Amino acid sequence: MTSAHAESVNGSLPHEPEKATLEGRNKVLGFWLFLGGESVLFGTLFATFLALRNQTNDGPTAHELFSLPTTAAATLILLVSSLTSVFAVQAMHRHKAAALRLWLIITVILGLGFLGLEVYEFHEYVTAEKFGMTTSAFSSAFYTLVGFHGAHVAFGVCWIGILIGQLYKKGLTVVTAPKVYVSAMYWHFIDVVWVFIFSVVYLLGKVG
Amino acid sequence: MCFQRSLRKWKKWGRSMMKRWQAVKRLLPLLAVFSLLLAGCGREDLSVLRPQGPVAQEQLGLMKLAISIMIVVLVIVFAIAAYVLVKFRRRKGQNGVPEQVEGNFKLEIIWTVIPLVLVIILAVPTVQQIFAFGDDHYNDKDAVQVKVTSHQYWWEFEYPQYGVKTAQTLVIPTGKKIAFELKTADVLHSFWVPSLSGKMDTNPDGTINRFSFSADKEGVYRGKCAELCGPSHGFMEFKVKAVNGDSFNNWVTAMKAPAVLPEDPALAETFKKQCLSCHAVGDQGGPVGPNLTGIGSRESVAGILLNEGQDGGKPVKENLKEWLMDPQAVKPGNKMPNPKDLGLTDEQIDGIADYLANYKLNY
Amino acid sequence: MAHAHSVKRHTGLMDWLTTVDHKKIAILYLLAGGLFFGFGGVEALLIRLQLIKPMNDLVSAQTFNELITMHGTTMIFLGVMPVIFALMNAVIPLQIGARDVAFPFVNALGFWTFLFGGILLNLSWIMGGAPDAGWTAYTPLSTSTYSTTHGVDFYTVGLQIAGLGTLIGGINFLATIITMRAPGMSFMRMPMFTWTSFITSAMILFAFPAITVGLVLLSFDRILGANFFEVSNGGNPVLWQHIFWIFGHPEVYILILPAFGVISEVIPTFARKRLFGYSSMVFATILIAFLGFMVWAHHMFTTGLGPIANALFSIATMLIAVPTGIKIFNWLFTMWGGQIRFTSANLFAIGFVPTFVMGGVTGVMLASAPADYQFHDTYFVVAHFHYVIVGGLVFGLFAGLHYWWPKMFGRVLNETIGKWTFWFFAIGFHLTFFVQHFLGLMGMQRRIFTYLPNQDFDTLNLVSTVGAFLMAVGVLLFLFNCFMTAAKPKGVANDPWEDGRTLEWAIPSPPPEYNFKQIPLVRGLDAYWKEKMAGNKEMTPAEPLGSIHMPSPTILPFVMSVGIFIAGLGLMFSSEKFNNSFMSMIFNNWIVVIIGLVITFGSMLLRSLFDDHGWHIEPEELEEEGVKA
Repeated sequence: MTSAHAESVNGSLPHEPEKATLEGRNKVLGFWLFLGGESVLFGTLFATFLALRNQTNDGPTAHELFSLPTTAAATLILLVSSLTSVFAVQAMHRHKAAALRLWLIITVILGLGFLGLEVYEFHEYVTAEKFGMTTSAFSSAFYTLVGFHGAHVAFGVCWIGILIGQLYKKGLTVVTAPKVYVSAMYWHFIDVVWVFIFSVVYLLGKVG
Repeated sequence: MCFQRSLRKWKKWGRSMMKRWQAVKRLLPLLAVFSLLLAGCGREDLSVLRPQGPVAQEQLGLMKLAISIMIVVLVIVFAIAAYVLVKFRRRKGQNGVPEQVEGNFKLEIIWTVIPLVLVIILAVPTVQQIFAFGDDHYNDKDAVQVKVTSHQYWWEFEYPQYGVKTAQTLVIPTGKKIAFELKTADVLHSFWVPSLSGKMDTNPDGTINRFSFSADKEGVYRGKCAELCGPSHGFMEFKVKAVNGDSFNNWVTAMKAPAVLPEDPALAETFKKQCLSCHAVGDQGGPVGPNLTGIGSRESVAGILLNEGQDGGKPVKENLKEWLMDPQAVKPGNKMPNPKDLGLTDEQIDGIADYLANYKLNY
Repeated sequence: MAHAHSVKRHTGLMDWLTTVDHKKIAILYLLAGGLFFGFGGVEALLIRLQLIKPMNDLVSAQTFNELITMHGTTMIFLGVMPVIFALMNAVIPLQIGARDVAFPFVNALGFWTFLFGGILLNLSWIMGGAPDAGWTAYTPLSTSTYSTTHGVDFYTVGLQIAGLGTLIGGINFLATIITMRAPGMSFMRMPMFTWTSFITSAMILFAFPAITVGLVLLSFDRILGANFFEVSNGGNPVLWQHIFWIFGHPEVYILILPAFGVISEVIPTFARKRLFGYSSMVFATILIAFLGFMVWAHHMFTTGLGPIANALFSIATMLIAVPTGIKIFNWLFTMWGGQIRFTSANLFAIGFVPTFVMGGVTGVMLASAPADYQFHDTYFVVAHFHYVIVGGLVFGLFAGLHYWWPKMFGRVLNETIGKWTFWFFAIGFHLTFFVQHFLGLMGMQRRIFTYLPNQDFDTLNLVSTVGAFLMAVGVLLFLFNCFMTAAKPKGVANDPWEDGRTLEWAIPSPPPEYNFKQIPLVRGLDAYWKEKMAGNKEMTPAEPLGSIHMPSPTILPFVMSVGIFIAGLGLMFSSEKFNNSFMSMIFNNWIVVIIGLVITFGSMLLRSLFDDHGWHIEPEELEEEGVKA
C-alpha cells in the first residue's frame, strides 16, 4: 500500500503500470467483477428482447425496419475502436504516453462515429417508420436493449475523453495507468455486447 | 370425526403406495400421529385437508408422504440436538479444551446420502403426479368444458358445449371431469377450490392455462382467488355447486330459458336501461358485468355476501339490497357503478332486489 | 518513508457523513437497518392487528395492500440486507487480517445509495400512497393501468437505487476477500462467515442486475409508456415473474448464507470446538448458491409453465435439501463433545438450528409441485418463508449482533436481557408462524385484508397476532439492551468470550482505525485459536512495524447518492401534472433529473480528477497509542 506514490514520483514505471500497486490491482479485479454483473444485466435484456421480438403489434417488424449496411458500418467502426484501444494499452505498456493519448483519441472519435450512426438510425425509425418506444412490445424491447448499449458507449466516450485530459495533465503514472486499463476493458466489453446485438437483434431480425 | 376419516382414507392410500415403496411402511405410525395433530382440519367445503375429489385427494396424498418424510428428519434432528444440548453443556470448573474434531468422512457421507435418498422417495411420485395433472383433458369426449374468465373481483363461467354463461357459482355435475380453460380479463388471479383441487393462475391471452378436476359427491364448495389482484382480493370468492347429472341438465335448460324480467313494466324498463347495459339475464343484456340469470338461487351475492343456507348467511334480498345500496362498501375497488349515482331511487333498488331475489332456477 | 499528506479530519456529524472506515460504515448500516426494520415491524404489527378477527376494519383494503407490500419490501431490501452488510463490514476485514476493504470509497458509496433508496421508498407513505402490488409487484397489477398512484414508482425507483448500493457493496466484498487476505490465509483457512459472505457477494453480483433490468422495464412501462407487460400491445406479464424470481430466489439465499456463516462462528466459539466438517461446509455453501440460481420457477408452479418445467424445477429445488442438511448436521456435531455455553448469542444460534430445519422441511414440501398447487399463495407459504427468514436469518443476525457487539462497540450486551430477548422472540415467533401452516391448509390464502367468519380461521389468527406482539416485546428488549449498554463505559478485553477463534478477537475491542498495527501471519484455520493453543498471546506479525497508509474521508459518496435520489424523484414525477407552473416546468422538462445526474456524475468526475493520496499513520504514533493502552 505504501509504495503507491513513491514510484510515480520516481518516474520509473514497471512494465504493467496498471498492476503496480494494490489499488491498481484491486481496481482491475473489481472491474472484472463489475463486468460480470454487467453481463447478467445485458443477458437479462437479451432474454427480454428474445421473448418479445415477434410481438410487433401492427407496428413495423424487424425485417421491415433494419438496414444491414448501416449496422454493418456501425459494427465495423466499433470493432476497429476496440483494436485502437488495444493499441492504446500496448503503447501504455511501452510507456509511450504520446502514442497512448493518440490511440485513445482515435478510439473516442470512432465511438462518437458509432453514436452518430445510432442516433441517425433511431431518428429515422421514429420519424420515417413511426417506430417509437410505445409502438409495440418489440419496439420497447429494441430501444431498451440497444439504447442501454448506446448509453454505455456514450458513457465510455465521456470517460475516455476525461482520461485523455488527465493523461495530458498528470502524465502516465501508476495512478492513471489502471484507469486507462480499466476503461479499455470496459470498451472491449461493450464491443462484445454489440457483436451480440448485431447478431441477435439485426441479423436474426433480417433472417429469422 | 375428521381424524378417523382421514386415517381411513390414508390407510387406503397407504396400501397402494406400499407396493411401490417399502420405505413408506416405516412411516405409518408417524402418519397416525400427524393425522392426530390435524384433528381440527377445517371446513369440509374449504380445507385442503378434507379433500372431496380425486385431484385434491391425490395432492393430499403427496403432502402426507412429504410431511411424513419431513417428520422423520425433524425427529432425528431434534433428538440429536436435545441430546447434545443436555450432554455437552459446560459444567462448572470445566476448563480443559475438548478434542478439536476436524470432521468424520463416514458420518458426512451418511448425512449426504440419506437426505438424497429421502428426496428421491419424494421426487418420484412428485414427477408422476406433475405429468398426470399436466394432461390436457379439455377435448376429452365426456369432459364438461368450462371457460373461466376472472375479473376484478368476480368470476365468469362459460360452458361452450352448452352455450351457457354464468357467474360466481360454478354448477358442475358430480363424477364427471370438469375441464377448465382459464384466463383473465384484467390482472392476474388464481382459481382455487381447496377441497377439490390445487390452484391454477388465470393469465391474459397468450398464456392461457388448462386443468381439470371433478367432485365425488353433491355439495357446495368454496372457491377463492389466490393471487393478489387489488383491494378486494380477499373478497373474490366463488362457490362450486356439484349436483347430479339430471339436475345439471335441468340447470342448463333453465339457464337457456328466455329471460324473466320484473313484472312492473316501469321497473323492467329501468332494469333494462340501467342494469342490462352491463349485466345479462337469459338472452338479454350485456357481457361486461356478472351474468344475473337465476341469481336468486345462488349461494351468495357478489361472491362474498352469503345467502341463507350458508353458515352465517342472510336472506338473498337483504344481501342484494346491501350490495345495491353501496357496492364499494361491500367490495372496495370493484368496477360496478353505485346504482344511486345512476339515478336509481331507494324504492327502485328495493324493487330490483326483490325481483332478483325471486329470480330462481329450478334444477 | 513515504511522505505524509495532510488530511482534514472531521468530527461529529461530518465525521459520519465522510467516513470511509469500514467499522464506522458498519455502524451506519446497523443504524439504517434498525430504522427500516422498525418500520417493517410496525407494518407487520398493523397487518396482524387487522387480521386479529374476521371482517375487521382497522385499516382499509387499500391500506392493507400497501402495508403488506411495504412490509415485505422493507424487510427484505431495507431491513435485513443492511444488518447483514453491517456484520460483513464490521467483521470481514478483521477476520481476514486486513486494514481495510478493497474499495473504501465504494463501500461508503454503497451505504449512502442504499440509504437514499430506502428513504425514497418510504417517502411514498407521505407522498400520495405506498406501493400496493405486493413485494413481488406482479404485472399487470403493478402497471399504471391498475396501480394508479405513484406507489409502484416509488417501489421501482427506490429499489433501483437501494439495489445499486447493494450491488456495489457486493463487488467491494468480493474484491476485498480475494485480494486483502493476510499472508497465510488461503481460501481454505478463511473463517466460515467470510466464506458465506464471499459466496453471498458473488450471488449479489449475479442476481441484482436481473432485478435492475426488471425494475427498468417496469418503470419504462409506467413512466415512458413502453409495452413490456402491456398485453394489448404484445407484452407478456409472465416475463416479469421470470425476471423477478431469477433475482428473487437467489436473493433469499443471499440473505440466509451470511446467517449460516454467523452460526458457524458462534457455535464453535461457545462449544469450544472447531467447526465440524469445515470443507464440507464450504462445499455445501457453494452448492447451495449454485442451485439457488437454478430453482426460480418453483415460485411459478401455478403460472402454467407446463409439466416438464415444473418437474425439473421441483427436483432441482428438492436437491437443495441435501447441502442444507449437511450444514445442519455439521453444526450439531460441532457441539457434540464440546463444552456448550448458553450465552445470548449462542441461544440464538442454537435456536436457529431446529427453527431453520422446520422452515427447510416445509421448503421441501413446497418443492413438490402438485402439493404446491395447494400450498401456493396460502398462509402455508407465509409460514414457510417466515420460518426461514425470521427463524433462520433474523435469529442468525441476533446471534451475530450479540456475539460481535463487544468487537463493534467495546461493550458486552447485557446477558440477562439478552436471554429474555431470545425467549420472548423465539416463543413469539413460533406462536405467530406455526399456526399459519394450518391456516393455509385450511384454505386461507395470503394477502387477504380480512376474512369471513365461520371458516375456522378465527382462533388461529388470534394466536398468531398474540405471538407477533411477543416478538415485538423481544425486539424492544433488545433495543433497551442496546441503549443501556451504550451508557456503560467501554473497555472489554480483546477476546471477551475467551474462546474466540478468529483474527478479530486478536485485536482491541473496538479495533483502532487501522485494525492491525502489523498485518498478522496466519498459520491455519482458526488462526487466533491456533496461536492461543501454541501458548502465544498475540498473532505473529507478517511485517515490521511501519507507516500505515489510510484513505482520506470524503463527502463525495454522500453527495453522489443525494444526486441519484434527486434524479430518481425527478424521473418518477416527470409526467406528473402539477398545479404549480414552476413545478411543471422543472419536472416535466426533466430538469430535476438532469440536476440530479449532474450532481452524481460531477462528483464522480471530481473523484477521478483529484487523486486521493490518503494519509499515513507513522510508527511513532502507533507506539504512543500502544503506551496509552
